[in-house]
Amino acid sequence: MNINATLIGQLIAFAVFVWFCMKFVWPPLMEAIEKRQKDIADGLAKSERGQKELELAQEKATEQLKEAKTQAAEIIEQAKKRASQIVDEETQRGHTEREKIVAQGQAEIEAERNRAKEELRKQVAALAVVGAEKILAREIDAAAQSDIVEKLVAEL
Amino acid sequence: MASEITTSEYIKHHLTNAKMCTADGGIAFNKACADAGFWTWHVDTLAWSIGLGILFLWYFRSVAKKATTGVPTKTQAFVELVVDFVNDNVVSTFHGRSALIAPLSLTIFVWVLLMNLMDLVPVDVLPSIAGLIGQYGFGMDPHDVYMKAVPTTDLNLTFALAIGVFFLIIFYSIKMKGVGGFMKELTMQPFGHWAFIPVNFILETVTLLARPLSLALRLFGNLYASELIFILIATLGLWQLPLHFPWAVFHILVLPLQAFIFMMLTIVYLSLASEDH
Repeated sequence: MNINATLIGQLIAFAVFVWFCMKFVWPPLMEAIEKRQKDIADGLAKSERGQKELELAQEKATEQLKEAKTQAAEIIEQAKKRASQIVDEETQRGHTEREKIVAQGQAEIEAERNRAKEELRKQVAALAVVGAEKILAREIDAAAQSDIVEKLVAEL
Repeated sequence: MASEITTSEYIKHHLTNAKMCTADGGIAFNKACADAGFWTWHVDTLAWSIGLGILFLWYFRSVAKKATTGVPTKTQAFVELVVDFVNDNVVSTFHGRSALIAPLSLTIFVWVLLMNLMDLVPVDVLPSIAGLIGQYGFGMDPHDVYMKAVPTTDLNLTFALAIGVFFLIIFYSIKMKGVGGFMKELTMQPFGHWAFIPVNFILETVTLLARPLSLALRLFGNLYASELIFILIATLGLWQLPLHFPWAVFHILVLPLQAFIFMMLTIVYLSLASEDH
């Protein structure tokens, strides 16, 4: 076979190449690759975390919305109740007011009527007296018959 | 070219390395080196392999210097693809931590692949260019200029790689198990009795030596054979056109596969060496 000194040269070249590759080629390349792998893994983890957070926030938002809806319904319910309560109260007050006014009116009417009656009675008495005076002027003294006239007036 | 010389001369010319040696106190080339024995240098193998190794390291180093951890450029993505591919294989096979195994595997894979890919350069191109340079630049006979451009078809190179790996196997065995543990592994397996120590030693030594031997011969054999077939196809004249294409396409599979096998077996051997049974 053709084995000769070339073998030694090749051995040295091989050793130098491997040494160079080990020192200057492999580490920076591997470092870059591993760094990028780490970056990508981190990015993926981050995005996953973000996704989870988003889901959580959505859930929270839904919950809050539901709560708000319930609250709104409650408030509306309360308002309605209050409104009907106010209406009731007002109606009640109206009623009392009316009754009061009506009662007052009636009392006034009654008083007026009593006054009118009194007036009328006085006037009728006077009129009767005048009439009687006129009748009796010719026959009797007014004063002597005044007890009869008063009896008449009382019967009115 | 085949018109002036016979087919066997043509094939032999293509399969001969350019040699360099010292003879009579000066530097001599090729045929003058027939008697130089061991101290002969295959300049073409050395030049191509070292050139391709430097190309690989320069390219990867230039990417590594500019390596960004953000969005990579296409070049960086390509280099990272190769690095990641090698790293995956190392991590899945070699259990334990080592700063050496992965860069070693990367160097073996890419370097061997680049050297193998020289096989796809048409067989006459580089020898012809070298012949022309020799003829007009140095006034040599072009038939005396040799250029074997696929370094992995040179046993010296494949053995150099395998011996490098073999040293590492021994280094890792001793580092992980200690000298005693390594000796015990060589002598007390597979039969755990003192009487079997010689038998065990022979068996285990054969196992140990078979690893670099098979590594070197597998790569050399595959590449030498495929190069030889390329050369044979090239001697067929016009017929080489339909034949050359499928053979080259087939080697798009074979060449990376051989580089991958060399890398993978290196990792497996080193992981076996650093693990206790």
